Amino acid sequence: MTWIGDNLGLIWEQLREHLYLAIVPVLLGLLIAVPLGYLATRYNWLANPLIAFGGVLYSLPSIALFIVLPVILGTQVLSPVNIVIALTIYTVSLLIRNVIDGLRSVPPDVRQAAIAVGFGSLRRVLTIDLPIAVPVIFAGLRVATVANISMVSVGAVIGIGGLGELFTQGFQKDFLTPVVVGVVLSLLLALLADLVLVVLQRVLTPWARVNSPVKAA
Amino acid sequence: MFEYLFDSFNWSGPEGIGARIIQHIWYTLAALGLSAVIALPVGLYIGHTRRGAFLAINLGNAARALPSLGLLMLAVLLTDQIGFLPVLIALVALGIPPILTSTYAGLSGVDAATVDAARGMGMTGREILTKVEIPIAMPLIISGLRGATLQIVSTATIAALVSLGGLGRYVVDGLKLRDFPQMFAGALLVALLAILLDLLFALAGRITVSPGLRRNA
Repeated sequence: MTWIGDNLGLIWEQLREHLYLAIVPVLLGLLIAVPLGYLATRYNWLANPLIAFGGVLYSLPSIALFIVLPVILGTQVLSPVNIVIALTIYTVSLLIRNVIDGLRSVPPDVRQAAIAVGFGSLRRVLTIDLPIAVPVIFAGLRVATVANISMVSVGAVIGIGGLGELFTQGFQKDFLTPVVVGVVLSLLLALLADLVLVVLQRVLTPWARVNSPVKAA
Repeated sequence: MFEYLFDSFNWSGPEGIGARIIQHIWYTLAALGLSAVIALPVGLYIGHTRRGAFLAINLGNAARALPSLGLLMLAVLLTDQIGFLPVLIALVALGIPPILTSTYAGLSGVDAATVDAARGMGMTGREILTKVEIPIAMPLIISGLRGATLQIVSTATIAALVSLGGLGRYVVDGLKLRDFPQMFAGALLVALLAILLDLLFALAGRITVSPGLRRNA
Protein backbone atom coordinates (compact mmCIF):
# COMPACT_ATOMS: atom_id res chain seq x y z
CA MET A 1 0.00 0.00 0.00
CA THR A 2 2.83 2.40 0.78
CA TRP A 3 4.09 1.76 -2.75
CA ILE A 4 0.90 3.29 -4.13
CA GLY A 5 1.28 6.39 -1.96
CA ASP A 6 4.93 6.79 -2.89
CA ASN A 7 4.30 6.40 -6.60
CA LEU A 8 1.09 8.32 -7.14
CA GLY A 9 2.84 10.66 -9.55
CA LEU A 10 4.16 7.80 -11.67
CA ILE A 11 0.80 5.98 -11.66
CA TRP A 12 -1.02 9.16 -12.71
CA GLU A 13 1.52 9.74 -15.48
CA GLN A 14 1.09 6.19 -16.85
CA LEU A 15 -2.67 6.41 -16.58
CA ARG A 16 -2.69 9.61 -18.61
CA GLU A 17 -0.38 8.15 -21.24
CA HIS A 18 -2.53 5.01 -21.40
CA LEU A 19 -5.71 7.02 -21.90
CA TYR A 20 -4.07 9.15 -24.56
CA LEU A 21 -2.66 6.17 -26.47
CA ALA A 22 -6.05 4.41 -26.43
CA ILE A 23 -8.46 7.30 -27.07
CA VAL A 24 -6.65 9.30 -29.78
CA PRO A 25 -6.80 6.27 -32.14
CA VAL A 26 -10.54 5.91 -31.48
CA LEU A 27 -11.15 9.52 -32.53
CA LEU A 28 -8.84 9.28 -35.55
CA GLY A 29 -10.40 5.96 -36.50
CA LEU A 30 -13.89 7.43 -36.35
CA LEU A 31 -12.80 10.38 -38.50
CA ILE A 32 -11.48 7.99 -41.16
CA ALA A 33 -14.16 5.30 -40.97
CA VAL A 34 -17.19 7.58 -41.35
CA PRO A 35 -16.25 9.08 -44.75
CA LEU A 36 -15.07 5.66 -45.97
CA GLY A 37 -18.31 4.06 -44.84
CA TYR A 38 -20.28 6.84 -46.52
CA LEU A 39 -18.42 6.27 -49.79
CA ALA A 40 -19.13 2.54 -49.51
CA THR A 41 -22.87 3.13 -49.19
CA ARG A 42 -22.80 5.61 -52.04
CA TYR A 43 -20.74 3.41 -54.36
CA ASN A 44 -21.98 -0.04 -53.44
CA TRP A 45 -19.20 -1.99 -55.15
CA LEU A 46 -16.77 -0.55 -52.59
CA ALA A 47 -18.54 -2.03 -49.57
CA ASN A 48 -17.52 -5.70 -49.75
CA PRO A 49 -13.83 -5.10 -50.57
CA LEU A 50 -13.63 -2.53 -47.73
CA ILE A 51 -15.20 -4.91 -45.21
CA ALA A 52 -12.94 -7.77 -46.34
CA PHE A 53 -9.85 -5.57 -46.17
CA GLY A 54 -10.85 -4.46 -42.68
CA GLY A 55 -11.13 -8.10 -41.66
CA VAL A 56 -7.60 -8.85 -42.85
CA LEU A 57 -6.17 -5.77 -41.08
CA TYR A 58 -7.94 -6.74 -37.88
CA SER A 59 -6.37 -10.20 -37.95
CA LEU A 60 -2.86 -8.71 -37.75
CA PRO A 61 -1.46 -9.16 -34.22
CA SER A 62 -0.99 -5.84 -32.41
CA ILE A 63 2.57 -6.58 -31.31
CA ALA A 64 3.47 -7.36 -34.92
CA LEU A 65 2.00 -4.06 -36.12
CA PHE A 66 3.82 -2.13 -33.41
CA ILE A 67 7.11 -3.48 -34.78
CA VAL A 68 6.46 -3.65 -38.52
CA LEU A 69 4.97 -0.15 -38.81
CA PRO A 70 8.21 1.72 -38.07
CA VAL A 71 9.89 -0.20 -40.88
CA ILE A 72 7.16 0.85 -43.28
CA LEU A 73 6.77 4.42 -42.00
CA GLY A 74 10.37 5.14 -41.11
CA THR A 75 9.46 6.07 -37.52
CA GLN A 76 11.50 5.09 -34.46
CA VAL A 77 10.70 1.60 -33.15
CA LEU A 78 10.19 2.97 -29.64
CA SER A 79 8.02 5.90 -30.71
CA PRO A 80 4.44 6.06 -29.31
CA VAL A 81 3.34 7.19 -32.79
CA ASN A 82 3.49 3.54 -33.91
CA ILE A 83 0.98 2.56 -31.23
CA VAL A 84 -1.36 5.40 -32.17
CA ILE A 85 -1.21 4.44 -35.85
CA ALA A 86 -1.56 0.70 -35.20
CA LEU A 87 -4.59 1.19 -32.98
CA THR A 88 -6.09 3.65 -35.47
CA ILE A 89 -5.81 0.93 -38.12
CA TYR A 90 -7.63 -1.49 -35.80
CA THR A 91 -10.32 1.05 -35.02
CA VAL A 92 -10.94 1.78 -38.69
CA SER A 93 -11.00 -1.90 -39.65
CA LEU A 94 -13.51 -2.59 -36.89
CA LEU A 95 -15.69 0.51 -37.38
CA ILE A 96 -15.95 0.41 -41.16
CA ARG A 97 -18.41 -2.47 -40.98
CA ASN A 98 -20.54 -0.76 -38.35
CA VAL A 99 -20.62 2.53 -40.26
CA ILE A 100 -21.73 0.74 -43.44
CA ASP A 101 -24.37 -1.31 -41.57
CA GLY A 102 -25.52 1.80 -39.72
CA LEU A 103 -25.91 3.93 -42.83
CA ARG A 104 -27.70 1.07 -44.55
CA SER A 105 -30.15 0.90 -41.66
CA VAL A 106 -31.55 4.33 -42.57
CA PRO A 107 -35.09 3.69 -43.89
CA PRO A 108 -35.32 4.67 -47.58
CA ASP A 109 -38.50 6.69 -47.08
CA VAL A 110 -36.80 8.79 -44.40
CA ARG A 111 -33.98 9.50 -46.82
CA GLN A 112 -36.41 10.33 -49.61
CA ALA A 113 -38.38 12.61 -47.31
CA ALA A 114 -35.18 14.54 -46.55
CA ILE A 115 -34.41 14.87 -50.25
CA ALA A 116 -37.99 15.96 -50.94
CA VAL A 117 -37.78 18.71 -48.30
CA GLY A 118 -34.72 19.95 -50.15
CA PHE A 119 -31.79 18.69 -48.07
CA GLY A 120 -28.50 18.63 -49.96
CA SER A 121 -26.49 15.45 -49.67
CA LEU A 122 -24.00 16.80 -47.12
CA ARG A 123 -26.73 18.18 -44.90
CA ARG A 124 -28.72 14.98 -45.27
CA VAL A 125 -25.77 12.79 -44.23
CA LEU A 126 -24.89 15.00 -41.26
CA THR A 127 -28.37 15.63 -39.91
CA ILE A 128 -30.34 12.55 -40.96
CA ASP A 129 -28.24 9.53 -41.93
CA LEU A 130 -25.49 9.72 -39.31
CA PRO A 131 -27.80 10.35 -36.33
CA ILE A 132 -29.94 7.37 -37.34
CA ALA A 133 -26.79 5.25 -37.68
CA VAL A 134 -25.53 6.26 -34.21
CA PRO A 135 -26.62 3.12 -32.31
CA VAL A 136 -24.89 0.77 -34.79
CA ILE A 137 -21.76 2.93 -35.03
CA PHE A 138 -21.57 3.23 -31.25
CA ALA A 139 -21.77 -0.54 -30.84
CA GLY A 140 -18.52 -0.74 -32.84
CA LEU A 141 -17.05 2.25 -31.06
CA ARG A 142 -17.55 0.61 -27.67
CA VAL A 143 -15.80 -2.59 -28.78
CA ALA A 144 -12.94 -0.62 -30.34
CA THR A 145 -12.44 1.53 -27.24
CA VAL A 146 -12.32 -1.38 -24.80
CA ALA A 147 -10.07 -3.38 -27.14
CA ASN A 148 -7.69 -0.43 -27.56
CA ILE A 149 -7.41 0.11 -23.82
CA SER A 150 -6.44 -3.52 -23.33
CA MET A 151 -4.08 -3.53 -26.36
CA VAL A 152 -2.10 -0.45 -25.31
CA SER A 153 -0.53 -2.37 -22.45
CA VAL A 154 0.95 -4.86 -24.92
CA GLY A 155 3.12 -1.96 -26.06
CA ALA A 156 5.03 -2.36 -22.80
CA VAL A 157 6.56 -5.52 -24.28
CA ILE A 158 8.53 -3.23 -26.57
CA GLY A 159 8.95 -0.53 -23.95
CA ILE A 160 6.10 1.88 -24.68
CA GLY A 161 2.70 2.14 -23.21
CA GLY A 162 1.08 3.54 -20.14
CA LEU A 163 -0.09 1.15 -17.50
CA GLY A 164 1.72 -1.73 -19.19
CA GLU A 165 4.94 -0.30 -17.76
CA LEU A 166 3.58 -1.01 -14.29
CA PHE A 167 3.27 -4.67 -15.29
CA THR A 168 6.82 -5.01 -16.54
CA GLN A 169 8.18 -3.06 -13.56
CA GLY A 170 6.33 -5.19 -11.01
CA PHE A 171 7.39 -8.31 -12.86
CA GLN A 172 11.06 -7.39 -12.94
CA LYS A 173 11.06 -6.53 -9.23
CA ASP A 174 8.99 -9.63 -8.36
CA PHE A 175 6.54 -7.27 -6.72
CA LEU A 176 2.77 -7.76 -6.95
CA THR A 177 1.40 -4.30 -6.09
CA PRO A 178 2.22 -2.41 -9.33
CA VAL A 179 0.81 -5.29 -11.40
CA VAL A 180 -2.47 -5.32 -9.46
CA VAL A 181 -2.70 -1.52 -9.62
CA GLY A 182 -2.10 -1.65 -13.38
CA VAL A 183 -4.72 -4.35 -14.00
CA VAL A 184 -7.34 -2.64 -11.82
CA LEU A 185 -6.75 0.81 -13.34
CA SER A 186 -6.84 -0.58 -16.86
CA LEU A 187 -10.15 -2.34 -16.13
CA LEU A 188 -11.60 0.80 -14.52
CA LEU A 189 -10.46 2.90 -17.46
CA ALA A 190 -12.17 0.53 -19.90
CA LEU A 191 -15.41 0.47 -17.89
CA LEU A 192 -15.41 4.26 -17.51
CA ALA A 193 -14.76 4.85 -21.21
CA ASP A 194 -17.56 2.42 -22.06
CA LEU A 195 -19.89 4.25 -19.68
CA VAL A 196 -19.03 7.60 -21.26
CA LEU A 197 -19.89 6.17 -24.69
CA VAL A 198 -23.22 4.81 -23.42
CA VAL A 199 -24.14 8.22 -21.97
CA LEU A 200 -22.98 9.98 -25.14
CA GLN A 201 -25.11 7.68 -27.25
CA ARG A 202 -28.16 8.51 -25.10
CA VAL A 203 -27.48 12.20 -25.49
CA LEU A 204 -27.07 11.86 -29.26
CA THR A 205 -30.27 9.86 -29.72
CA PRO A 206 -32.94 11.58 -27.63
CA TRP A 207 -35.71 10.07 -29.76
CA ALA A 208 -34.75 6.55 -28.61
CA ARG A 209 -35.87 7.52 -25.11
CA VAL A 210 -39.15 9.02 -26.26
CA ASN A 211 -40.08 5.83 -28.08
CA SER A 212 -38.90 3.45 -25.37
CA PRO A 213 -41.54 0.92 -24.31
CA VAL A 214 -41.28 2.08 -20.71
CA LYS A 215 -42.46 5.57 -21.63
CA ALA A 216 -45.15 4.23 -23.94
CA ALA A 217 -46.67 1.99 -21.27
CA MET B 1 14.84 -6.37 -43.34
CA PHE B 2 14.16 -9.78 -44.78
CA GLU B 3 17.71 -11.15 -44.55
CA TYR B 4 17.01 -12.70 -41.15
CA LEU B 5 14.12 -14.70 -42.59
CA PHE B 6 15.99 -15.90 -45.64
CA ASP B 7 19.08 -17.02 -43.79
CA SER B 8 18.75 -20.81 -43.63
CA PHE B 9 20.94 -20.83 -40.51
CA ASN B 10 18.09 -19.21 -38.60
CA TRP B 11 15.60 -21.89 -39.57
CA SER B 12 17.15 -25.08 -38.23
CA GLY B 13 17.84 -26.52 -34.81
CA PRO B 14 15.97 -26.44 -31.48
CA GLU B 15 16.09 -22.63 -31.45
CA GLY B 16 15.37 -22.19 -35.15
CA ILE B 17 12.33 -20.61 -36.73
CA GLY B 18 10.77 -24.01 -37.48
CA ALA B 19 10.87 -25.04 -33.83
CA ARG B 20 9.61 -21.63 -32.70
CA ILE B 21 6.62 -21.84 -35.02
CA ILE B 22 5.71 -25.27 -33.65
CA GLN B 23 6.00 -23.98 -30.08
CA HIS B 24 3.86 -20.97 -30.93
CA ILE B 25 1.19 -23.20 -32.50
CA TRP B 26 1.30 -25.49 -29.47
CA TYR B 27 0.69 -22.63 -27.01
CA THR B 28 -2.12 -21.36 -29.20
CA LEU B 29 -3.83 -24.73 -29.56
CA ALA B 30 -3.49 -25.60 -25.88
CA ALA B 31 -4.99 -22.27 -24.82
CA LEU B 32 -7.70 -22.38 -27.49
CA GLY B 33 -8.63 -25.98 -26.57
CA LEU B 34 -8.89 -25.18 -22.87
CA SER B 35 -10.87 -21.96 -23.54
CA ALA B 36 -13.30 -23.89 -25.74
CA VAL B 37 -13.68 -26.72 -23.20
CA ILE B 38 -14.69 -24.13 -20.60
CA ALA B 39 -16.60 -21.59 -22.67
CA LEU B 40 -18.55 -23.75 -25.15
CA PRO B 41 -20.55 -25.79 -22.60
CA VAL B 42 -21.28 -22.71 -20.51
CA GLY B 43 -22.36 -20.73 -23.58
CA LEU B 44 -24.55 -23.60 -24.80
CA TYR B 45 -26.12 -24.01 -21.36
CA ILE B 46 -26.89 -20.31 -21.03
CA GLY B 47 -28.16 -20.05 -24.59
CA HIS B 48 -30.35 -23.16 -24.30
CA THR B 49 -31.85 -22.46 -20.87
CA ARG B 50 -31.58 -18.64 -20.99
CA ARG B 51 -30.38 -18.80 -17.39
CA GLY B 52 -27.73 -16.44 -16.09
CA ALA B 53 -27.45 -14.68 -19.44
CA PHE B 54 -27.21 -11.19 -18.00
CA LEU B 55 -24.38 -12.11 -15.66
CA ALA B 56 -22.42 -14.12 -18.22
CA ILE B 57 -22.66 -11.50 -20.96
CA ASN B 58 -21.60 -8.65 -18.72
CA LEU B 59 -18.77 -10.64 -17.16
CA GLY B 60 -17.70 -11.66 -20.64
CA ASN B 61 -17.60 -8.07 -21.83
CA ALA B 62 -15.76 -6.86 -18.74
CA ALA B 63 -13.20 -9.65 -19.19
CA ARG B 64 -12.43 -8.31 -22.67
CA ALA B 65 -10.96 -5.26 -20.98
CA LEU B 66 -8.45 -7.35 -19.02
CA PRO B 67 -4.92 -6.49 -20.12
CA SER B 68 -3.36 -9.84 -21.00
CA LEU B 69 0.16 -8.66 -20.24
CA GLY B 70 -0.90 -7.66 -16.72
CA LEU B 71 -2.72 -10.94 -16.33
CA LEU B 72 0.40 -12.86 -17.28
CA MET B 73 2.54 -10.96 -14.79
CA LEU B 74 -0.15 -11.43 -12.15
CA ALA B 75 -0.32 -15.17 -12.86
CA VAL B 76 3.46 -15.47 -12.60
CA LEU B 77 3.60 -13.67 -9.27
CA LEU B 78 0.56 -15.48 -7.81
CA THR B 79 1.48 -19.01 -8.91
CA ASP B 80 5.11 -18.32 -8.14
CA GLN B 81 6.01 -20.12 -11.36
CA ILE B 82 7.71 -19.01 -14.51
CA GLY B 83 6.67 -21.01 -17.50
CA PHE B 84 3.73 -22.63 -19.20
CA LEU B 85 1.10 -22.43 -16.45
CA PRO B 86 0.93 -18.62 -16.12
CA VAL B 87 0.99 -18.24 -19.91
CA LEU B 88 -1.87 -20.71 -20.22
CA ILE B 89 -3.88 -18.85 -17.54
CA ALA B 90 -3.43 -15.50 -19.29
CA LEU B 91 -4.26 -16.87 -22.75
CA VAL B 92 -7.31 -18.83 -21.58
CA ALA B 93 -8.67 -15.72 -19.86
CA LEU B 94 -8.30 -14.03 -23.23
CA GLY B 95 -9.97 -16.85 -25.17
CA ILE B 96 -13.04 -17.46 -23.02
CA PRO B 97 -15.00 -14.19 -23.52
CA PRO B 98 -15.31 -14.23 -27.33
CA ILE B 99 -16.25 -17.93 -27.41
CA LEU B 100 -18.74 -17.60 -24.55
CA THR B 101 -20.51 -14.49 -25.79
CA SER B 102 -20.83 -15.54 -29.41
CA THR B 103 -21.99 -19.07 -28.53
CA TYR B 104 -24.67 -17.53 -26.34
CA ALA B 105 -25.53 -14.97 -29.00
CA GLY B 106 -25.79 -17.70 -31.64
CA LEU B 107 -28.16 -19.79 -29.55
CA SER B 108 -30.31 -16.93 -28.38
CA GLY B 109 -30.64 -15.76 -31.97
CA VAL B 110 -32.42 -18.97 -32.94
CA ASP B 111 -36.04 -18.14 -33.78
CA ALA B 112 -38.33 -19.15 -30.89
CA ALA B 113 -40.86 -20.48 -33.41
CA THR B 114 -38.23 -22.87 -34.79
CA VAL B 115 -37.55 -24.25 -31.32
CA ASP B 116 -41.29 -24.57 -30.66
CA ALA B 117 -41.75 -26.42 -33.93
CA ALA B 118 -38.97 -28.85 -33.00
CA ARG B 119 -40.57 -29.39 -29.61
CA GLY B 120 -43.94 -29.92 -31.26
CA MET B 121 -42.42 -32.64 -33.42
CA GLY B 122 -41.50 -34.45 -30.21
CA MET B 123 -37.80 -33.62 -29.99
CA THR B 124 -36.25 -33.78 -26.55
CA GLY B 125 -34.26 -30.88 -25.11
CA ARG B 126 -31.02 -32.62 -26.07
CA GLU B 127 -32.20 -33.21 -29.64
CA ILE B 128 -33.31 -29.61 -29.97
CA LEU B 129 -29.88 -28.48 -28.81
CA THR B 130 -27.83 -30.78 -31.05
CA LYS B 131 -30.04 -30.95 -34.14
CA VAL B 132 -31.58 -27.48 -34.25
CA GLU B 133 -29.93 -24.88 -32.05
CA ILE B 134 -26.25 -25.75 -32.54
CA PRO B 135 -26.44 -26.06 -36.35
CA ILE B 136 -28.28 -22.74 -36.64
CA ALA B 137 -25.86 -21.07 -34.23
CA MET B 138 -22.83 -22.57 -36.01
CA PRO B 139 -21.74 -19.47 -37.96
CA LEU B 140 -21.57 -17.42 -34.77
CA ILE B 141 -19.92 -20.22 -32.75
CA ILE B 142 -17.23 -20.47 -35.42
CA SER B 143 -16.75 -16.70 -35.48
CA GLY B 144 -16.29 -16.73 -31.70
CA LEU B 145 -13.63 -19.45 -31.99
CA ARG B 146 -12.03 -17.50 -34.80
CA GLY B 147 -11.88 -14.30 -32.77
CA ALA B 148 -10.45 -16.17 -29.79
CA THR B 149 -7.80 -17.82 -31.98
CA LEU B 150 -6.68 -14.51 -33.45
CA GLN B 151 -6.29 -12.95 -30.03
CA ILE B 152 -4.54 -15.96 -28.57
CA VAL B 153 -2.10 -16.41 -31.46
CA SER B 154 -1.06 -12.77 -31.34
CA THR B 155 -0.85 -12.63 -27.57
CA ALA B 156 1.09 -15.91 -27.31
CA THR B 157 4.00 -13.66 -28.21
CA ILE B 158 4.18 -12.61 -24.56
CA ALA B 159 5.14 -16.17 -23.55
CA ALA B 160 8.69 -15.12 -24.40
CA LEU B 161 8.60 -12.62 -21.55
CA VAL B 162 8.47 -15.45 -19.03
CA SER B 163 11.32 -17.32 -20.70
CA LEU B 164 9.21 -19.64 -22.84
CA GLY B 165 9.71 -20.07 -26.57
CA GLY B 166 7.43 -19.33 -29.48
CA LEU B 167 7.76 -16.56 -32.03
CA GLY B 168 7.74 -13.93 -29.30
CA ARG B 169 11.36 -14.90 -28.59
CA TYR B 170 12.49 -12.98 -31.67
CA VAL B 171 10.60 -9.91 -30.54
CA VAL B 172 11.86 -9.98 -26.96
CA ASP B 173 15.44 -11.03 -27.77
CA GLY B 174 15.59 -8.68 -30.74
CA LEU B 175 14.54 -5.78 -28.54
CA LYS B 176 17.21 -6.56 -25.96
CA LEU B 177 19.92 -6.84 -28.59
CA ARG B 178 18.57 -3.85 -30.55
CA ASP B 179 18.45 -6.31 -33.43
CA PHE B 180 15.50 -4.88 -35.34
CA PRO B 181 15.65 -7.26 -38.32
CA GLN B 182 15.17 -10.10 -35.84
CA MET B 183 12.18 -8.33 -34.23
CA PHE B 184 10.76 -7.63 -37.65
CA ALA B 185 11.11 -11.28 -38.66
CA GLY B 186 9.31 -12.44 -35.50
CA ALA B 187 6.50 -9.91 -35.96
CA LEU B 188 6.05 -10.87 -39.59
CA LEU B 189 5.91 -14.60 -38.78
CA VAL B 190 3.25 -14.02 -36.08
CA ALA B 191 1.19 -12.00 -38.56
CA LEU B 192 1.49 -14.71 -41.23
CA LEU B 193 0.53 -17.41 -38.74
CA ALA B 194 -2.53 -15.38 -37.67
CA ILE B 195 -3.65 -14.90 -41.27
CA LEU B 196 -3.15 -18.60 -42.00
CA LEU B 197 -5.22 -19.66 -38.97
CA ASP B 198 -7.89 -17.14 -39.95
CA LEU B 199 -8.12 -18.70 -43.42
CA LEU B 200 -8.43 -22.17 -41.85
CA PHE B 201 -11.38 -20.93 -39.80
CA ALA B 202 -13.01 -19.44 -42.88
CA LEU B 203 -12.70 -22.89 -44.43
CA ALA B 204 -14.03 -24.60 -41.29
CA GLY B 205 -17.01 -22.24 -41.42
CA ARG B 206 -17.79 -23.34 -44.97
CA ILE B 207 -17.61 -27.01 -44.03
CA THR B 208 -19.60 -26.94 -40.79
CA VAL B 209 -22.40 -24.58 -41.71
CA SER B 210 -25.34 -26.41 -43.18
CA PRO B 211 -26.01 -25.66 -46.88
CA GLY B 212 -29.60 -24.74 -46.01
CA LEU B 213 -28.38 -21.92 -43.80
CA ARG B 214 -25.83 -20.68 -46.29
CA ARG B 215 -28.51 -20.25 -48.90
CA ASN B 216 -30.38 -17.80 -46.68
CA ALA B 217 -27.30 -15.86 -45.69
